[in-house]
Amino acid sequence: MDSLLLRTAARIIVPVQLLWSVYLLVRGHNEPGGGFIGGLLAAGAIILHGIANGMPAARQLLRVRPQTLIGLGIAAAGLSGVIPMLAGLPYLTGVWGFGFPTLVAGTLKFGSPLLFDVAVYLVVTGVGTLLIFAAAEDGEEG
Amino acid sequence: MKSALIFPILIPVLTAAACLLSGPNRTVQRAISMTGAALLFLAGIWLLREVHTAGIIVVQLGNWPAPFGITLVADYLAAVMVAVSGFVGFAVAIFALADVDAGRERFGFHPLYHVLLMGVCGAFLTGDLFNLFVWIEVMLMASFVLLALGGERAQIEGAVKYLTLNFIASGLFLTAIGIIYGATGTLNIADLAVRLRDESTAVPLAAAMLLLGAFGIKAGLFPLFFWLPASYHTPPVAVSAVFAGLLTKVGVYALIRVFTLIFTGMPEITHPLLIWLSVLTMITGVLGAAAQYEIRRVLSFHIISQIGYMTLGLGFFTVAAIGASVFYIIHHIIVKTNLFLIAGAIRYARGTNELKQLGGLYRDYPWLGVLFLIPALSLGGVPPLSGFFAKLALITAGLSLAQWVAVTVALAVGLLTLFSMTKIWAEAFWKAEPADAPPHPKKAVPVLMLIPICTMATVTVLIGIFPSVLLDFSNAAAAQIMNPQLYIDAVLRPTP
Amino acid sequence: METLLAFVIGGLYATSFYLMLRRSIVKLVLGLMIFSQAVNLLIFTTARLTRGNTPIIPEGAAAPLEPFADPLPQALILTAIVIAFGVLAFSLALMRRAHAGLGTDDLDKLQEGEQ
Repeated sequence: MDSLLLRTAARIIVPVQLLWSVYLLVRGHNEPGGGFIGGLLAAGAIILHGIANGMPAARQLLRVRPQTLIGLGIAAAGLSGVIPMLAGLPYLTGVWGFGFPTLVAGTLKFGSPLLFDVAVYLVVTGVGTLLIFAAAEDGEEG
Repeated sequence: MKSALIFPILIPVLTAAACLLSGPNRTVQRAISMTGAALLFLAGIWLLREVHTAGIIVVQLGNWPAPFGITLVADYLAAVMVAVSGFVGFAVAIFALADVDAGRERFGFHPLYHVLLMGVCGAFLTGDLFNLFVWIEVMLMASFVLLALGGERAQIEGAVKYLTLNFIASGLFLTAIGIIYGATGTLNIADLAVRLRDESTAVPLAAAMLLLGAFGIKAGLFPLFFWLPASYHTPPVAVSAVFAGLLTKVGVYALIRVFTLIFTGMPEITHPLLIWLSVLTMITGVLGAAAQYEIRRVLSFHIISQIGYMTLGLGFFTVAAIGASVFYIIHHIIVKTNLFLIAGAIRYARGTNELKQLGGLYRDYPWLGVLFLIPALSLGGVPPLSGFFAKLALITAGLSLAQWVAVTVALAVGLLTLFSMTKIWAEAFWKAEPADAPPHPKKAVPVLMLIPICTMATVTVLIGIFPSVLLDFSNAAAAQIMNPQLYIDAVLRPTP
Repeated sequence: METLLAFVIGGLYATSFYLMLRRSIVKLVLGLMIFSQAVNLLIFTTARLTRGNTPIIPEGAAAPLEPFADPLPQALILTAIVIAFGVLAFSLALMRRAHAGLGTDDLDKLQEGEQ
């Protein structure tokens, strides 16, 4: 699709939406949000870029293959559960490390649940983009 | 060590992730995949040892106490299922190196294979009904893609049926979960056992029937089994072998779990029903096989008839009968996977699995004939192979309950199974090669195919020579299953 | 409200099974979609419809303010929706391939291809 309006709008929307997805990701443990919805937003942003500028451009924006994102996410999810096991707690127990204050969103605390949320974010972004890339490129061939 | 319980799930997750991350390099992916499969096998053995020394192992995920959090439980049954799955997963992974083509590997065969194994192990280990649903879905998602991967026309058509029926089964399962949660407010299997064990009212009965339908479809029970022979012969042999060995057993395992722990309040309704369904499953499966002339289709129909034996033990509902079921499941996973692998070797050698186009294999590959006869005769129940003792234990249990019809059918079906196996033997190995056979160069079967086939044949023979080891074990597993208080206490007892 | 939803759920189940029994691939997919929605609505309804507070424990209290809605069924439904979404996305791709291969959307043609 070639539309000047869409391309101009996408140039503004895509970065904002990506930033917003990260915001939703980090606030997700205590407030509505989280890795899943954040990942969907991120995938949506990349797909919007793809619709405006063509899927090759979207692939370039993503830089890595969607499969790599999925792999990283699955590995991070698996490992986030292992961290508490090092402390003798059952698999997937939430352990929290240090927190530091941020200017806009209160205190950001690091811990294994955050890692798990990041993992979900990566997997959802990867799967979302993979699905749309596959569907879009399949459609172009046939 | 409680962490033994985590590794059968964790190892496949990390292996799948590593395969995805390794990029398109085939050799690296294969190395990772093999390492992961080997580690999973070892983890299964370790878990079995831990359960043997420490009794039922329970992990409350996230340290949330049962029944609020998700619980993982390993008793004898779960542990042995994981160990056998690890064994079969490893063996088929070796076979796949020689069987799965480069295109499928590039499209993610290895990560999907490990996701499938993760789903299977997770389903065996979970102690929560909804979590069981999730693991089964993980397994099914991977199996859908593995089934359709490659996109040959027959594969797509098989996958449509497979997906539709399994989707409906999942929906029934979820419906049952909704009803159970509405009635009891819990989904932890041990907690449900406490609340519903002695109930004989309509609500648990409705839930039990829905679950029977759901797991019955997944296990391939009469009358909703037809998706299985329609799809299992279409993908690459390595895929159909692991499907044949493991996927239907998840359904059987789930049936054993819910009908020994939760729905035991109405034995006059549920267990005769299970017996009759099993009898009909055995008969239709074996008769269906008699009409087929494609090796993998014959074997697919035999999966169905053999599933009948396993659920028959559950229907008898005595320690000896359930012990026989457990024995049967272990024996059948190994034997059936091996038969599919041999079908794969035949396909490799001759380019077809159609009995009408095959022949003369015994002349060209005599040792393959011997390797085929071991699992084939074991499946038919010829002494002294593993299948004989499995059937013997089941039939003894049936006789002591005076279940004459079921026992007669079980014996007759055993005979017909033997007939089917001799049909494959006579058509593929013994008769002269037909003139219209497709041309094929004479080539040796790769060693990577022979290793798993020989190993599994050896295990079949070993079980036959030392049946008492496995028999004692499966009876111990059955004793544990039939004493649900052990399971309930292990899960609900607050952790020190 | 429960009674009304019970009829709605029954209607959805009936619709989905009717659609699945038709011969068209498109109707099969639609049937599967409606089926998964019916199941989700059933879980939602059987877990009691409560109008109340959010099930979040306020600062300093030991339990949420009564009456509060049970959050678990919603988590279950969310999981089920995601899974159904994945399966349906895959089934759409699959059905599209099947349709492309068959050149018709008649499911009975699948039988012929099997032999």
